Amino acid sequence: MYIIGERINGMFTDIGDAIANKDPKPVQSMAEKQIENCASALDINVGTRVPKAERADVMKWLVESVREVTDMPLAIDNPALSTMRVGIEAAAKGGPCIINSTTGQEDKMPGFMELAKEFGAGIIGLAIDENGVAATPDAKVEIAMRIIACAMEHDIGMEDIYLDPIVLPVNCNQAAPKIVLETIQMFTMLSDPAPHVVVGLSNLGQGTQEKHLINRTFLTMAIAAGMDSSIQDPLDTEMTDAMITAELLLNKAIYSDSYLKAYRQR
Amino acid sequence: MTMMEDAREKWAGALNEVVIGATSENGGTRSSSLTVGGQKGLPFMGYEAPEAHKPVLAMEVWDIEPTEWPPQLLAALGDAVKSPGTWAKKCVEEFGADAICLKLAGTHPDQGDAGPEAAAAAVKEVLEAVSVPLIIWGCDLDEKDNETLPAASQAAKGEKCLIGTVNEDNYKTLVASCLADEHSIIGLSPIDINIAKQVNILVSEMGFPLDRIVMYPTTGALGYGLEYTYSIQERGRSAALSGDKMMAMPVICMVGLEAWRAKEARGTAEELPELGDETTRGQYWEAATAAALLQAGSDILVMRHPGALKATKDLIDRIM
Repeated sequence: MYIIGERINGMFTDIGDAIANKDPKPVQSMAEKQIENCASALDINVGTRVPKAERADVMKWLVESVREVTDMPLAIDNPALSTMRVGIEAAAKGGPCIINSTTGQEDKMPGFMELAKEFGAGIIGLAIDENGVAATPDAKVEIAMRIIACAMEHDIGMEDIYLDPIVLPVNCNQAAPKIVLETIQMFTMLSDPAPHVVVGLSNLGQGTQEKHLINRTFLTMAIAAGMDSSIQDPLDTEMTDAMITAELLLNKAIYSDSYLKAYRQR
Repeated sequence: MTMMEDAREKWAGALNEVVIGATSENGGTRSSSLTVGGQKGLPFMGYEAPEAHKPVLAMEVWDIEPTEWPPQLLAALGDAVKSPGTWAKKCVEEFGADAICLKLAGTHPDQGDAGPEAAAAAVKEVLEAVSVPLIIWGCDLDEKDNETLPAASQAAKGEKCLIGTVNEDNYKTLVASCLADEHSIIGLSPIDINIAKQVNILVSEMGFPLDRIVMYPTTGALGYGLEYTYSIQERGRSAALSGDKMMAMPVICMVGLEAWRAKEARGTAEELPELGDETTRGQYWEAATAAALLQAGSDILVMRHPGALKATKDLIDRIM
């Protein structure tokens, strides 16, 4: 599993405060902690506390702070193309990067794809278009097809495409998780080799009392359905344990009594 | 015209490279060192990935005269088996062994119960007699090995030997010795891939570098469970190539030991008239076992019969 660590996000108090104080230390230590805990990439999100006009500058500062301590892939998380460019430019100087994200909106996609091509970046494509979040598997797949087509037009390889079916809080729409699981299976059959499939896992349990349990239970189900990447909290040890165990049960790793430890020693 | 799809496997991982033997440049006295592992594809599929290194053919030498070995095997080795130094020299100079595997059989309580000093002396004798890299093997009795192998390890300090074995329940003593004396280590598992991985994890948890571990998955001889060994080794290799770092260790096989246990190898013409000439049968059995284990992906083969060694060497030259 390709874990994109979600913790460098201005929405979290520790990171929000670090941004406000222009103190890179908490950001850098959070980057290191996530990497120690199985993150394969780090999401970078300035959050909503920062005024819109300052977001590009803050993104640049966040990325440069993280790049001082790691050359791991960074997923630049922002909906605005201008801020995305600033983040990707800064991130690409010191390692690989991923665009998080584009929707399938026709007027939005090409700009992000051009940026991905220019910097050799991966790109996350959301199952959202002009009509909002697609509600059914078929509608999600239709958008995914448009995203793949647009990526191919821009000569972006399948290994750089991450499709996100969009998970919503379970307490808002209880039918949605099952639909997402069906969609994941369909995404993996769109091409050979298959595109990556990613979800923003923490959305699912948001606002519920058992969010950790809900998130990790869904994670194992989504892995079984074919999801190979997830934006999640690497510091949630029980979640990581569940993920490692799911992969073991799918025969993706050889069992040993210390299989949890073995995974973490990779 | 449509192009055929390229069906070659593209693997993400590779086996670790383990170096055995230290030359003077590296603080030892060996005339050359050997590198095993490093493969990036399945065995002998050059179209996937060329073999990184030739498999190593070592010969087994004991610290005591192996009186129980069958006469047809002893006849091929001659009087040299009376002393480990002479025996090792003959293996290298006359038979062409790449390395010597010194088995400290005499330290076993049933075979003389020699102590740490004697073990160390045997190691020194072989190191002086030959300049190829050395593999040191205990008597496979945990308590006794914990007493003698540290002395053997110390006697060869800095020579970058390969020493074994450790297992799931007994590894700390030898790991500490090999760390201190710069040797590599052999992890034993009883034809069980899960335990093989567990041993690697336990050893590495003590701070032992992954590129100094070799797996001994134990083996069956031809006719005695060899197919199962083969499938275990194949699964381990494909896991390693898929990126499982705890399975990416090269493999050693005690081919001579396994083959000469078989009645087909040991039995006399009188006992087994339908199986033909006993002077050639055993070495063929050993060579056939070696051929299968090479295909399974073994990196170091420890042989006993010079004829089997030669046949295996010829085979490797032909398929590589």
